[in-house]
Parts: sequence; structure tokens; C-alpha cells
Amino acid sequence: MPYIPHSDADRRAMLAAIGVQSVEELLADVPAHVRFPDLNLPPALSEMEARRELESLARSNFTAADGPCFLGAGAYHHFVPAVVDAILRRGEFYTAYTPYQPEVSQGTLQAIFEYQTMICALTGMAVSNASHYDGATAVAEAVITAVNVHRMKRRKVIISPYVHPEYRAVVRTYTQGMGLEIGDREIGRLADSLDQDTACVVVQSPDFFGRIEDLTPLAEAAHAAGALLVVVADPIALGLLKSPGEFGADIVVGEGQGMGAGLNFGGPYLGFFATREEYVRRMAGRLVGQTVDADGKRGFVLTLSTREQHIRREKATSNICTNQGLVALAAAVYMAALGRCGMRQVAELCYHRAHYARQRIGEIDGFSVGDDGPFFKEFVVRCPRPVPEVNEYLLAEWGIIGGYDLGRDYVQLDGHMLLCVTEMNPREEIDMLVAALEEMTA
Amino acid sequence: MKLDQEARYADNHEWARRDGDEIVCGISDHAQESLSDVVYVELPEEGDEFEKGDVFGVVESVKAASDLYMPMGGKIIAVNEELEDAPELVNQEPYGAGWMIRFAPSDPSEFDDLATAREYEARIAEEEDEA
Repeated sequence: MPYIPHSDADRRAMLAAIGVQSVEELLADVPAHVRFPDLNLPPALSEMEARRELESLARSNFTAADGPCFLGAGAYHHFVPAVVDAILRRGEFYTAYTPYQPEVSQGTLQAIFEYQTMICALTGMAVSNASHYDGATAVAEAVITAVNVHRMKRRKVIISPYVHPEYRAVVRTYTQGMGLEIGDREIGRLADSLDQDTACVVVQSPDFFGRIEDLTPLAEAAHAAGALLVVVADPIALGLLKSPGEFGADIVVGEGQGMGAGLNFGGPYLGFFATREEYVRRMAGRLVGQTVDADGKRGFVLTLSTREQHIRREKATSNICTNQGLVALAAAVYMAALGRCGMRQVAELCYHRAHYARQRIGEIDGFSVGDDGPFFKEFVVRCPRPVPEVNEYLLAEWGIIGGYDLGRDYVQLDGHMLLCVTEMNPREEIDMLVAALEEMTA
Repeated sequence: MKLDQEARYADNHEWARRDGDEIVCGISDHAQESLSDVVYVELPEEGDEFEKGDVFGVVESVKAASDLYMPMGGKIIAVNEELEDAPELVNQEPYGAGWMIRFAPSDPSEFDDLATAREYEARIAEEEDEA
């Protein structure tokens, strides 16, 4: 079925108008050998045949649903209740694009408003925007916001080396050309690097290694230096832990994928962004508010529209005009469905199972887990063999998806694996992992 | 269009008024009217120094965001902090409670280069005729 609306007559008329004979003539500047190359393709398949072929290919995948999964490092295997998809796939939400005539889309605005409200409750902050693409871009937006809070007068950004390595890379990419000095390799106390040029200090909690720390001293040190504290948080952990807002964070961002979005092969994910009310004008993206209409009935408005697009244009401090509407909705449904108690329960399951796993693995000869203080659902394990080998063994022999190879990002951590345990890993799976690792070293 | 007869006017519709050795500055009635409802005013910090024509802030309305330019060079002594919570003052009293900055001019003679109320009025009338 042709989807191209132009008829042959239309095309002839257009070609005649610009004075060429054929469409091919328009491509004359492209070297002949690459102009119409022969593509080495198999014969065309019918829909039925193509489907069979793709299904057969898909069967060679091994997914997180096919066996125990202990891989985390930013993408988490949490349970997605059926109610999330049931609401998400309603046509009113599923097919609607970002609202350009927002107030007409009251349902979309209400969903975003509720998402924002719950993100604020979870992070302990006053305002949340309608979301960003993913955790990494939300961190970059937080850095830009902090620099703009200081009106570009402070250009130094301190990032903990234990913030997700990919997030740090995205911050660098995102801010290149802004003339920022980004320090993210300092080992030692972050507070010691603070000075009068520091716009913000960025920490992740729980950090990339899963560790939890008291952020109060860092918040105090940052504020004493006039800098902002940006906290990258795991929303699942916030069901249990003290909120970054209570620690004195100025901006709280993170990856929201764990709340109602599956692993999705790496995307779409969800960046959440929350801050203090005083910085709301420096925040990128849109913000939905609640009001009353002329008859006194509750309604929702775009309190701050994507100013990048409509109002500030070239004066905007971010060029992100959109939000991750559908995945934000999934997070809203997830938070609403679980509620405060449910969120806490998920977090507790993660916490207790991860601690059980860490203890058991620490008892295996050849493996060590160190003693790094409190942690949440991830922990570092030193392996007696290279991590890729361990993972290959686990997958091939036991059908277990192993952990993240920290040697990829931290040279000194060659042979160290980051394991993640969530509510999706019952005790039997953990015992199976322990048995597998015991057998490997036996 | 209201005018402050005491004030002088810059090309970008800022007004400047002498107050002793200092200069008080805001935007004209004509400017606020063209912007419509002002929702946010971004102002500099005390102690910031600017040349004449430098951007000292941004005024954002429901329609547009516009840069604010220094009518004269100088060092900021005070900014109108009330605008943070009540940006509508710029619409209501552009020459009074809607003032934006107070600064110490680096070259007081620059004041004389600005248009008088009468000159400014004539310029606006001319622009409107053209439009």
C-alpha cells in the first residue's frame, strides 16, 4: 500500500517547476557507485513468514524474565503491576502526543500533576517538573540549573566519582561549550574540593556501588560554600530511606525506570527532577499546576510551559522542550497503586534480600564483599576470576544473569562485580546464585 | 501612554531617573503594555557592574521574554526584591513600585544622552505611525 501522497502527475509538475527531468537527476552530485548500490537482501517475505522469522530470532534472547537476574547498575528489574499497563495503554494516554494546547487535555495535565506531586513527596522537595528523558539527562539538567542559579558566575561542578559513570559522561557531553570545569575523579572528601567558584556538588545516594551515606555534612559544607547540593536518588530506595530533601538537597534527580517501566532494552526510561521552590524559574521543562475555573471547579493548567519553546527561546537555559509523558504516567500509576506502604514494602524486600545475598556470597571461598557500611540493593563483590568469565559461566551453566563488571569503569576494580538484588529475586534464586558461585570455585 | 516627566528614556524602553547621585531604572509604560502581563523579572545582584547597553536582566511576560539593557553604565546598589513575589507591579506602576534597579553611574553625563519624556513620546508616536 503506498503511503506517499504525491501522484505521478504531482511529481511531474514539481520536477517541471524546478526544471529537471527526473528525481534521479537531483541525485547527480552523489557519486555513481553509491547512488543506487545493490543491496544484498534476501527475497521479500510475507507478513506471516517475517513474523515467524522474527519470533525465531527472539527466541535466542535470554531475558530477565527467563532466569534469575542480578544485574542492575542503573537499569532495574522491579515488578510492574498489571494496572500500570492497563492504564498506560488506554488510547487517551497512549496515542496522545505532548500537549501543545495543554488546557484542552485535562486528563493528561492531571496525570502529570499527580506524578509531580508524588515525586515531591518521595524526594522531599517542593516542586517537580513533568520529567526528562532519563536519569542521565536529568542529572545534566540539574548541573545546568545549578550553574544558572549562580548566573554562570560559578563554573566549577564537583561530581562524586561514585555517580553512575554514564551519567557523568552525559553531563560532560551535555555541558560542553559552556566553559564549565567538571571534576568527577577526585578520590577523597568532596567537601574539600568546594570553593567560591563551585556551582554545585553532585552525589548519588545510594551511590553507584549501592552504598548509603549520611548527606548532612556534605549539604552543610556545600551550603557554607554557597554551592548547591544535587542528589541523584533511586526512587525505590526513597520508599524506605530518609529523603534527600530532609538532608538539605537543593535539586533531586534520578532514574525513574524502576517505578513501573520495565527494563525495556534500555529505554524509554524516565528522568525525574525536583527542586526547591526558589529555583523553579531556573528549572527546565514544564510544570503543571492545579487551579479553579470560572465556576470554581478544580482544573489543571500548564503553570510553567516549556519556556524553551514558547517564551524564552534563545534565552532559554535548556533546549529540552519535551517530557517523558508516558513513562511518567507509568511512574504515577505505580506510585499511586503501591502507595506509601507498598513503596516501603518493595524497598524493604530489596534491602533484606540484598543483605541476605551479600552475607551468603561473602561466605564463599574466594569471594569477598568487604565491609563498606550501609547499602541498599546493590553491593560490590570481588571475584576470584575475571567478571566476564564468571558471568559467562553463570549464564551458560545455570541460566543466571550475573552482575555488572566494575572494571569497565574503574580500572582499580578489575575483577569486581556489582550485584543487584530486588524484590524480584526470591530467596531460592539467591541460594541458586550462591550454589553456582560455590561450584565455580570448588 | 503614561510618562514620567522627570525620567530619561533609552532606546530599549528602559527609563532612568536621578535620585541624588544614584540612578533608578525600570521599563516604560509603553514597554509594559507591549509585553502584557509580566510574570517574572530576573534581576542582577548587588555589586554587579555593567557598561551602558549591557544586559542586566530579563523580563518575562505571558507573551515573551525580553532582555533588559543598562541605560547607563554603573554598579548595582539595590534591586527591587518585591518584584520576585509581585512582578505585576511592573504593569501596575512602571515608574513607581515597579522599579527594577538602583545603581551608581560610572559616568553621570551619560544621563544627558538619553531621550527626554517629550523626545521619547515623539519617537513612540512615530513608530506607531509606521506600524
